[in-house]
Amino acid sequence: MPNPTKVIKNCETGEETIVELTDEEVAALEVEAQAAQVAREAEEAEKAAAKTAVLSKLGLTEDELRAALA
Amino acid sequence: MATTFELITSVTVGSGGASTIDFTSIPSSFSDLSVVVSARSTHTSVLDELLVRFNSSSTGYTNKFVMGDGSTTQSYSNNYTTSGYVGYISAANATAGTFGSSSIYIPLYTGSKNKSFSSDSVAESNAPTQYMNMNATLWSNTAAITAIQLRLGYANFAQYSTAYLYGVKNA
Repeated sequence: MPNPTKVIKNCETGEETIVELTDEEVAALEVEAQAAQVAREAEEAEKAAAKTAVLSKLGLTEDELRAALA
Repeated sequence: MATTFELITSVTVGSGGASTIDFTSIPSSFSDLSVVVSARSTHTSVLDELLVRFNSSSTGYTNKFVMGDGSTTQSYSNNYTTSGYVGYISAANATAGTFGSSSIYIPLYTGSKNKSFSSDSVAESNAPTQYMNMNATLWSNTAAITAIQLRLGYANFAQYSTAYLYGVKNA
């Protein structure tokens, strides 16, 4: 199965070429996607924990807080 | 009449899709750059994330963005450090035929200071919940921008995705 391709547009000449990614480039894309997913999940977990801590201090549920701020 | 907003070039993704869209040899004759993107991803989800890299660099990016989905808002930072973050676009499980819309503005791209850009993006789909972002990115690199690469977080650009590169003259 061929690798994905990239579109390269030279702004000086107007030439457009379609180039197949190397195996290394494909592997790098996959690694980056996984790393970004891990970072995103970590940030979301941190935010969720911070929210829980604040709600606990206030003695409110999330629905109660939303209703109070509406 | 002087031209202040000029189309430099454009790309329309063909039937094979594309993992990245690369603009190279960008002329230095403008003050700012603007990239307008209409994109759909092959990722098997409702959403994918549009990213950008300058001069093939994968370091030095810091991002902060706000996101809304019609009922809640959130803010994030440093979601990606290897790319500039533009925002959400539609993916394969979004309503058929819908594409996300994104706009990137890059001021003073030829200057000798660190580069920054602002962007806004929305993922379109015929559903109650929609996602939109406004983002600010700093690329800690003083090189003039001569190449821009558009890439996605999870998969490839689908056919008919487009990217238009404009040069802006402020004088």
